[in-house]
Amino acid sequence: METNTIHPKQALFGKTPNELKAICSDLDLPAFTARQMSEWLYKQQVVSMDEMTNISKQNREKLAENYEVGRVTHSNVQTSLDGTKKYLFPTSNKRFIETAYIPDADRATLCVSSQVGCKMGCLFCMTGKQGFQSQLTAGEIVNQISSLPERDKLTNIVYMGMGEPFDNLEGVMRSLEILTSDWGLGMGARRITVSTIGMIPAMKHFIENSECHLAVSMHTPFHDERKNLMPIENVYPIEQVVAMLRDYDFGKQRRISFEYIMFKGINDTPRHVKEIARLLNGLRCRINLIRFHPIPDTPLQSSDEATIQKFKEALIKKGIRTTVRASRGQDIFAACGLLSTKELVKQQVSDF
Amino acid sequence: MDNGLSRFISRLPLKPRPLLNRQEIKPGVYVLRFERNHDFLPGQVVGITTDQSIAPRLYSICSGTNEAWIEILFNVKKDGILTPLLAQLEKGDLVQVSRPFGAFLGDEKPAWWIAAGTGVAPYRSMLRSGLGNNKKLIHGGRTADSFYFETEMKEAFGKDYIRCCSQESGEGLYHGRLTNWLREHNELPKNHMFYLCGSAEMVVEVRDILISKGVAIEQVMSEIYF
Repeated sequence: METNTIHPKQALFGKTPNELKAICSDLDLPAFTARQMSEWLYKQQVVSMDEMTNISKQNREKLAENYEVGRVTHSNVQTSLDGTKKYLFPTSNKRFIETAYIPDADRATLCVSSQVGCKMGCLFCMTGKQGFQSQLTAGEIVNQISSLPERDKLTNIVYMGMGEPFDNLEGVMRSLEILTSDWGLGMGARRITVSTIGMIPAMKHFIENSECHLAVSMHTPFHDERKNLMPIENVYPIEQVVAMLRDYDFGKQRRISFEYIMFKGINDTPRHVKEIARLLNGLRCRINLIRFHPIPDTPLQSSDEATIQKFKEALIKKGIRTTVRASRGQDIFAACGLLSTKELVKQQVSDF
Repeated sequence: MDNGLSRFISRLPLKPRPLLNRQEIKPGVYVLRFERNHDFLPGQVVGITTDQSIAPRLYSICSGTNEAWIEILFNVKKDGILTPLLAQLEKGDLVQVSRPFGAFLGDEKPAWWIAAGTGVAPYRSMLRSGLGNNKKLIHGGRTADSFYFETEMKEAFGKDYIRCCSQESGEGLYHGRLTNWLREHNELPKNHMFYLCGSAEMVVEVRDILISKGVAIEQVMSEIYF
């Protein structure tokens, strides 16, 4: 097993077949070695070069001069009373990310991170409080799945952990390719959901180049209110995000959903139901209502259960398919909006 | 090797604009001036790149609405891809520029403008567009030479121009981070707007301080370097 230290060598895990071919050509290895490597990396999911037994020892040694497999095991795990587990994975440059494993009766979902920290600064999110430290590579994203002890039980992957996936478009798109390709993990795209706060140009690229589900964080349909909760509204307003989605035909199988955290007295009124219905009129989508999980020093509170139920019923009456997301792993800070490795972040980078 | 995004970039609505001027205003910090084809509102941003192989980044416009050109402010990121290229552009070179957009907009109402580093850019646009009355500018930087447009801001804001320098002391400078300066000020004008522009770290920390001092979230407007 390779260790949890910084990788001075480049990781093979996360490379596409074309990139592996280029490596083979650089090192004067036979072209078919690239296919052998991708088979070992993504089908056999090996953790060391020595396990690639159909590649000659000499060629493995050549590879090992500059490369390593690059799989990393978790350095910590916490388990919630409800069975949710929160894994801590080290990344390059001595940083850390969190990954939440959420088992349920008939499914098991993994909530993966796409960045160390986040630039988006949403008022209600714990990850936002640590600022942004670095992008994850495709390998570091997929490693959260491949190195998960429960990986064989997984039914769904959601990109809803730390970071804004479309602020790391290159890493995220590549990770999706690895997850869904025949040469990769071969997962069905419909088992994967990518969540965004609505970065329009990158969303378009994702919609046109992936078949995975899309979730958009709305949290309020009103521009002025959303600006207070989510600074991105100044750049990509929700009205324009929805207008862009209307340009596409998503077919019957591909799901568009909107995430909506319920804040007491802020976004949980009949006025909001009416405006959501107007905004989404005619768009085939669903809404996921989420209880707010309070973070330190926040001025926000969660709506109470009765209000959430009433809000849900009112949306359903307007013809919008609406569900309330179960709150999982709150006791270990693994629930929605609570992931953070702030304590592990070196402060010197954030002086201003 | 193609990073897989060339198709994404080539479809962005960017138009070539000739560079009119490039000025290094502090070591590694530049103002680019290019031809203007669109009107804009003070506080808006443009997407910019040098060519179709590099993803554009958003920059706040730092020139006024009645000037004949558009200017942006940037500092060269050592491990960055785009900014070292922008810093080498010559007069007449083409820059790929989007239409101005964004809703971090200045107005006539009293406000505190809070910036870290190059986050001062949109406030210069607002000031040069005639929105500098009733404003206090609080600018944070690590070193004494981080206060871009210092002469212009001194003249415009006088005693309402606060420079917070975290790593050096100097005449007229508050020695400490701007978050310290804010923490020391118990009486914040609750009816003012508070504009925040800078890194995510700065914006979330300042926002928490303002809220802890009783400023309503509706009074806080944030722009992060995304």
